[in-house]
Amino acid sequence: MTPRPRLAVWKFASCDGCQLSLLDCEDELLSLADAIEIANFPEASSAISAGPYDLSLVEGSITTAHDAERIREVRRQSKFLVTIGACATAGGIQALRNFADINDFVAAVYASPQYIQTLATSTPISAHVAVDFELRGCPINKLQLLEVITAYLAGRKPAIAAHSVCIECKQRGTVCVAVQGTPCLGPVTHAGCGAICPAYRRGCYGCYGPMETPNTAALAALLKSQGASERELLHAFRSFNAGAEAFAAQSRKHEPAAGGESP
Amino acid sequence: MRSDTETPRAAARITRVALQALIDALIARGYAVIGPTVRDGAIVYDQLSTTAELPAGWTDEQAPGRYRLQRRDDDALFGFAVGPHSWKRYLHPPMETLWTARSSADGFDFSAAPSPTEKYAFLGVRACELQAIAIQDRVFQHDRFRDTAYAARRDNALIVAVHCAQPASTCFCSSMQSGPKARGAFDLALTELLDAERHDFLVEVGSPAGAELLDSLAAAEATRADLDAADAVIAQAERRMGRTIDSSVFRERLRDRAEHPRWTEVADRCLSCGNCTMVCPTCFCTTVEDHTDLSGAQAERVRKWDSCFTMEFSYIHGGSVRQSTGARYRQWMTHKLSSWVDQFGSSGCVGCGRCIAWCPVGIDIAAEATAICADTPPTPGATP
Ligand code: SF4
Ligand code: SF4
Ligand code: SF4
Ligand code: SF4
Repeated sequence: MTPRPRLAVWKFASCDGCQLSLLDCEDELLSLADAIEIANFPEASSAISAGPYDLSLVEGSITTAHDAERIREVRRQSKFLVTIGACATAGGIQALRNFADINDFVAAVYASPQYIQTLATSTPISAHVAVDFELRGCPINKLQLLEVITAYLAGRKPAIAAHSVCIECKQRGTVCVAVQGTPCLGPVTHAGCGAICPAYRRGCYGCYGPMETPNTAALAALLKSQGASERELLHAFRSFNAGAEAFAAQSRKHEPAAGGESP
Repeated sequence: MRSDTETPRAAARITRVALQALIDALIARGYAVIGPTVRDGAIVYDQLSTTAELPAGWTDEQAPGRYRLQRRDDDALFGFAVGPHSWKRYLHPPMETLWTARSSADGFDFSAAPSPTEKYAFLGVRACELQAIAIQDRVFQHDRFRDTAYAARRDNALIVAVHCAQPASTCFCSSMQSGPKARGAFDLALTELLDAERHDFLVEVGSPAGAELLDSLAAAEATRADLDAADAVIAQAERRMGRTIDSSVFRERLRDRAEHPRWTEVADRCLSCGNCTMVCPTCFCTTVEDHTDLSGAQAERVRKWDSCFTMEFSYIHGGSVRQSTGARYRQWMTHKLSSWVDQFGSSGCVGCGRCIAWCPVGIDIAAEATAICADTPPTPGATP
């Protein structure tokens, strides 16, 4: 038997939810272990074998100088590097700090702020090292994670669409909630979840970040016509994917200083 | 065999109660009956077994980017216009496995997906939808390029049409010569006859299968008064058509006005979300995805609905051909209203209005096409 490719899973600033998607692949876990050597996955096993690794899955964003160094080492050790989730791909919810003064947050949260060493921003992995594939979602969809891994093993391009959530929503046969008056970010959001929220009669929250050609200005105009305040618009574009360029730029247009009403 | 050209010969009348007998007869003949029902604040298509599931007393209020259910002041079962779903979901499903393969000693063993066995009876097919089905028949059953799965589902399907009584404000079937009177290939066609005294259906027969079904029902022969009442239903629908447009100029002018500034203007509003293509009953485009399993021993190819609004759609080596939203919107509208005629011999639009109501930002194909094809030619503008 030829040696199996070696897998490593890395964690940076994140909640662990995306890594857990891998453990959540209960039915496939055994065949996964047959196909790939899980060489370094601290969340699952304390047995860690040294690099280099064929495939690295990276969760989390870069928020400290130490992590900014560590990701370089991860890159050096990895042949193929895949970021998993909104943190690793767009900076995560913690990228809200990018729009404020980090010292204010630190002072508000910690009793002894002098011990906290952190960067002023939360940045995606791609801002630091070359990334071979970015898998979106907060958290990622485990079926998409399996698709990325099987595609890697087969040496093919993963079948991960970058179009709007709307296309998945329509494939599913869901009645569009936007057209019935509920604010929905689906038209500017990257597919991948299978359009879960509209299937439960809620608007999309944008967990997967911007789709390939997001017209955020046109969507903001629609949300506004449906009654959204400037503050609600700011919040709509500034959540798990606040740091993603298209959402960050749109959210800035709704800041009080940009003419949006005060919060 | 059904015939497109003959006018239905027999006409009969059944009561609202006998409609249940029709559903029962279809189920007894092995059909899954698909028809309109209220779900999630809309009239959708789903599998039915009783008339109680039909949207009695419901109608819809539609406008660009807007759909709301409304109560009627009567108990009409078909007193609404087309909703978010179309029969395309059933005949050309959103996802379909084309083949599977297993690795073998000397390569791969391929197996084609099993031929579909579904037997659908569509209840409540509107005139525009009959036309849309006829258009997809041409796309999928064109002599040299026959989609066998589509053809199997289509051959098995039985159509009970309902002539339209209540067009929405988004409807323009009469401008596209597709309605409101159902003229295509149906097995049976119903007209709902509802007034203070009665709730009946006029039944026209369009095929031997339809005739056989009608024979099994307690039908009375239609009177002159019934026929006149049915004509009146269609005539008033015609008068209440949401909008009227001149579609005769679209083919030539859209082809010639690829540089019209309006394309860029629409692009400012368009989300390139693809909803218009998904809801359109004639849009047929698909993409294929290949999947493998973890061991690499099994593979499958699936086909999914795609849209000319995605970047992947026009991707060739080096990038997508249609980079701007304006170029993608132009592709969609020009294909529907102009190049479709060259390709398939008819317009690709039946005037159902779905793309207008279900576009989140309410972009209106009829209004846009009319503006781009206005009598005064455009002043030269930006190319999308
Ligand atoms: S509900 Fe949202 S995601 Fe679904 S089609 Fe409508 S706008 Fe798109
Ligand atoms: S026209 Fe409307 S439905 Fe179609 S892609 Fe543009 S915004 Fe979406
Ligand atoms: S283009 Fe629009 S109006 Fe025409 S058939 Fe398609 S969905 Fe209906
Ligand atoms: S309009 Fe677009 S999605 Fe529809 S059939 Fe034409 S190319 Fe395909």
